[in-house]
Amino acid sequence: MNFIIDALSWGCLLLGSFLGISGAIGIFSFKEFYSRVQAASVTDTLCVFFIMLGLILQSGFNLVSVKLIIAVGLLWLTGPLATHALVRSAYLTGLKPKLSITRKESAKRGKS
Amino acid sequence: MSNINLLIDVVLLTMLVLTTIAIVRLDSLFAIVMLTGVFSLLAANIFVVLDAVDVAFTEAAVGAGISTVLMLATIGITGYEQKRRRKISWIAPLTVVMITGAVLVYGTLDMPAFTDPTAPIHQHVAPRFINESPTEVGIPNMVTSVLASYRGYDTMGEVIVVFAALIGVLSLLGIRRNTEEYEYSEPPARPVLQVMSKFLIPFIILFALYVQFHGDFGPGGGFQAGVIFAVAIILYALTFSQQDAMDLVPPKLLKILASLGVLIYGGTGVVSMLKGGNFLDYNVLAHDPIHGQHYGILVIEFGVGLTVACVMMLIFFAFISRGDKNP
Repeated sequence: MNFIIDALSWGCLLLGSFLGISGAIGIFSFKEFYSRVQAASVTDTLCVFFIMLGLILQSGFNLVSVKLIIAVGLLWLTGPLATHALVRSAYLTGLKPKLSITRKESAKRGKS
Repeated sequence: MSNINLLIDVVLLTMLVLTTIAIVRLDSLFAIVMLTGVFSLLAANIFVVLDAVDVAFTEAAVGAGISTVLMLATIGITGYEQKRRRKISWIAPLTVVMITGAVLVYGTLDMPAFTDPTAPIHQHVAPRFINESPTEVGIPNMVTSVLASYRGYDTMGEVIVVFAALIGVLSLLGIRRNTEEYEYSEPPARPVLQVMSKFLIPFIILFALYVQFHGDFGPGGGFQAGVIFAVAIILYALTFSQQDAMDLVPPKLLKILASLGVLIYGGTGVVSMLKGGNFLDYNVLAHDPIHGQHYGILVIEFGVGLTVACVMMLIFFAFISRGDKNP
């Protein structure tokens, strides 16, 4: 039983770390602002979840795990919110997303 | 175990140095302000590694939280980019820096080695605080007992410094009430942010109160609580409008409350004098010394929190009411 819980928690931790690292790689490999934000925020949200889940499995059910669950809730609320605020202010100050095709072209494609 | 601690120390300190170099070399003030926030957060991590949780808490709340916000408000007045200066020779500044650095390094040679148990700082008053605090003051968090009771004078000085900073800002900038401008400069509606901040603000305020009144038992106290409380109101001002926040907490009331906080602190000292003790000697406040210490610490922490919260909000209002010069 202990071994299963340990294995599960390590799996969660490794998956979370992988997501975090891939988000970091995404920030550097994408050239455009909105893609970078997307790469960072989407992976971060799940990364936090998996790492916290791994830690909760490690600690067992006690006060620490309840605090960790609250932390996950807080980060899930504030992380996407911060991303939204960032992207929103970037868009409002005039940074337009660079698209590989324009809106009109994509609309045409959708019709045909 | 000590190896992993060493590794963490090395990584954190390296990141500190890298952040500093980036701060010096960048031209964009916005990025620099963000990096100073990162710097404070790294410093807070180092304090946690050193087991100084209270200091780390303060650093995270003040350094990474409110000072970043205040600096951003300042950037709103000054502009985002550093102005190009005329080129000056770098030899003279470099010499000055080298000489100062050499003198400082020479000064450290006289200091006792790091973690030396016979160093004067561990021999002078620290053993008395550590041994006597549980019986003399009787609160679990020794940091609070040192800060509020043994070193009450110093903390009062800090509160007065914060208050003096407020007086300086207000006499230099003042708070403008722009009434007619809001007709056309109404900020665009931000539904997501407004709904979410409405949801979060009560929790932030609740946390601030917890930190305020739990300072005797865990990390926290008046300074951190005041800053967190101010952040809640600043969040409201940022997501709604400055006018809304000023209607919620009128600057006039804030000015009175900020002075009241200092008055509470000083008044506690005067009351203890009137009751026959020394200035800020809480032993005489109640029927027995331990209760007196508890009451005294609670009251002065409340004064600290009140002053810090009001001062932070007022400084923010003063900065932001100058308007945003950036497009």
